[in-house]
Parts: sequence; C-alpha cells; structure tokens
Amino acid sequence: MRHDHIISAKQLSRGDIETVLDHAADIAADPGAFADRHTDTLLGMLFFEPSTRTKMSFTTAMKRLGGDIVDMGSVESSSVKKGESLADTVRVVEGYTDALVLRHPMEGSAKMASEFVDVPLVNAGDGAGQHPTQTLLDLYTIRENAGFDDLTIGIMGDLKYGRTVHSLAHALTTVDARQHFVSPESLQLPRSVRYDLHEAGAEVREHTDLDEILPELDVLYVTRIQAERFPDESEYREVAGQYQIDAGTLEAAKDDLTVMHPLPRVDEIAHDVDETTHAQYFQQAHNGVPVRMALLDLILGGDQ
Amino acid sequence: MSDNDQQLRVSKIRNGTVIDHIAGGQALNVLAILGIDGTSGDSVSVAMNMPSDRLGHKDVVKVEGRELSQDEVDVLSLIAPAATINIIRDYEVVEKRRVERPSVVVGVLECPNRNCITTEDEPVDSRFAVGDDGVRCEYCDTIIRDDLPAHILAE
Repeated sequence: MRHDHIISAKQLSRGDIETVLDHAADIAADPGAFADRHTDTLLGMLFFEPSTRTKMSFTTAMKRLGGDIVDMGSVESSSVKKGESLADTVRVVEGYTDALVLRHPMEGSAKMASEFVDVPLVNAGDGAGQHPTQTLLDLYTIRENAGFDDLTIGIMGDLKYGRTVHSLAHALTTVDARQHFVSPESLQLPRSVRYDLHEAGAEVREHTDLDEILPELDVLYVTRIQAERFPDESEYREVAGQYQIDAGTLEAAKDDLTVMHPLPRVDEIAHDVDETTHAQYFQQAHNGVPVRMALLDLILGGDQ
Repeated sequence: MSDNDQQLRVSKIRNGTVIDHIAGGQALNVLAILGIDGTSGDSVSVAMNMPSDRLGHKDVVKVEGRELSQDEVDVLSLIAPAATINIIRDYEVVEKRRVERPSVVVGVLECPNRNCITTEDEPVDSRFAVGDDGVRCEYCDTIIRDDLPAHILAE
C-alpha cells in the first residue's frame, strides 16, 4: 500500500483494504510481536473537536507499536484560539512529529491540511465528510463476522451528515455489497455520495422503514440521529423514535445478523440488544486498536 | 445586419481581446470570472442582448490592451460555452479561438457548502472538478449542477 496521506475511503482500493485488514489480523493475533516496531516515532494529535474512541484508540495504537504521541490539547488552550489558521498549525506541528492525525469540524479540512505537510496525515473525521479509519475498523468487523462475499448490509440513521456512513458506503462498493439505506427522508444520503455510489455501479436501495428489509440483512449498521438536525425537540423525538431498535425488533432478523454502531449511542440501540449474539459494537470499537496499529505501521514504512 | 456591423456599434479596439457569442445577459459574469473590473484603467466595452443568428441574443465584451490566454478563457466555458475569442492587434483579428471545457477550475467559484474549509480564512483557493453535468468541490465533494454564475467568487 502506498499512500502519503489517508484522507478519504474513496482513495482505498479493495487491495489496500485487504492489506490493512490482513495486517490488523496479524497484529490482533500477536500484538506483542509489534511492540517495538516504532520506538522512535511520535504521532501528532490534532483534535479540533471532542473525541473519545478515535483519539484514545490512535493513542493506544501508537503506544502499542512502541511510539508515543504529542497532543495539541483542546482548541480552547491552543494557538487556534488566537486565530491561527489550520494550514499554519499543521505546518508547525509536522516539524515536531513523524505523522499527524487530524479531526476537524469542517469538510475538506484534512485534504487541505495534507497539501501543506510532507509527513503522512490521517483524517480522523472532517465535518460531515469522511472518516476513513472508522471505515477500516468497520470493514474489519464486517469481515470477521459476516465476510465480504454476497454481503447485504442495512445502514440506518443520519445518512446525510454521518461521516462514518459516507466513508463506509464508498468502501462497500469495493466488495460489491448490496446496500440498503434506512432513514427519514430529511436525512437521506447527500447528492455527492449517491452520485459516487451510482458511478461505482453499486446496488443501492433507500427506505424509510427498517421492517421491510431487516430479514434480508447480514449486517445492520446503526447511527445516531442528532437532535440539532431538527427544527424542534418534538419533531426530533417523533422521527428518532422510528429508528430505534431493541431485542424485540431483531426477532425478525436472521439469527446471525451482526449489529454495529460507531458509538457513542444514545437510545437508538436499546440495552437489551447488548445481551444478544447480534451485538458487535463494543468489539467493533476494540477493533479500532489493531486496525489503527496496522494502518500506522503501513504508512510509517512497516511494510518495507 | 451582420455580427460585424453590430461589433462596430461598440467602438473597435486597437489591441486586446474581443469575447463574442456570450449567452445574452452573461457579460457581467464573464467580466467577474476574468477578474476584469475596470480598475486597471484599460477600456472595457460591453454590449448586451445584441441580436444573434446563432444564439438569439448575445453579449459581446471588448477588453483593450489585454490578450487573454487560453487558460483564462477556458473557465468561461462554464457560463458561456459558445463564446469565441478574437485576439486583436492593430485593429486586425490575428487569432480566433473557442473556449474549451477545462478539467478543473481554481479560484473561480465559491463553494456553496458553508462548512467547506475553502470558505474559511485559509491560504487555499477553491478548486472544482468539471464534469459533464456540473462541477464538484475537490475539498468537500459538494456538487453544483445549476446556476453556476450565482457561485462566482466575488473579487
């Protein structure tokens, strides 16, 4: 795999994806074998938005490879507060570190930032745009549980603003998955994503109701519908309520359905689902460490 | 009346560029795209909604003292695909060109996505890939299909 920067799932071929996932599987099988892999490496963490899982799993991944991180800290305590541009910030921090991880609230920020630096830059989420490392750990989880052959997946929730959805949908075209998108009409896929899926020849169906396709699914990927996407609280409650699942909902599903969620969840997956064999969202979050270890190892030259 | 007679209604230029066959009503957008606002002091003539055999109505722009390059005029294809470019030296047309659709336009359009990084105070020009039925922001992926003139960047 040869990419200077990891900006979008669109840049990843099937071969790239398999390379990362295979490497992640090797790491997961024997993490200790990789503990001294990057002992002199420093990873720069630039998080302009709050993050728990992504930030902690990148930190864990770098440390488990023997390296360390340098963290910008919160925006409130950084020079960004003084009005520094993103372009300037990344140009400064690249001088301190061997690679950068960027989370930023604006779409296109990672691509722009990558144009100003020579060290590898990984997009850890750019607004409603892309989140390619989440996609890689999602794909790892899907491959482990359902496999890529003859895969039928339902993706439900906020498809308009959900960056994990945009990235995952692109990547799933490389494995020829049948994709069903379930959402309220106001939160359907954006035009640009629908256009790309169409261009890739993907089999895409849109629904407003999960019931009609649930029995066909191998994987159900649930995302959070956020209150701020709606004009008022009552409309949000009414709409969001239609896209919640519980153990009862899943009685209509295949026995081996895999339920995933990028987390954090609020109430879109009831806690009684946690006890079923369908629930894989915590394992999915754990998979972030070997997958990010694999990706960092590859972009830092671990395949040489 | 021929096109030539109509061009004469607006004074001839000695050296410079005549942009002809602009779709009626788009002349000011053409000037905006080219960044021509009259501040350089050179003469700029604009004729709007002239009768045209090919277009019904057309606009014509004449810029004295400036020869536009192919790269400069190609961005006009977004709003004036039928435009023809005449380079004038000493009152004579020395070169005739058509606009060609570029693959990318840089710094010409403003991304309509207010959450796109190119709309922030960052040292980056907007950059749109030009497709068959619209343009697409290379940073945030937003697609513009209709009313491109409304997205021309203000100077």
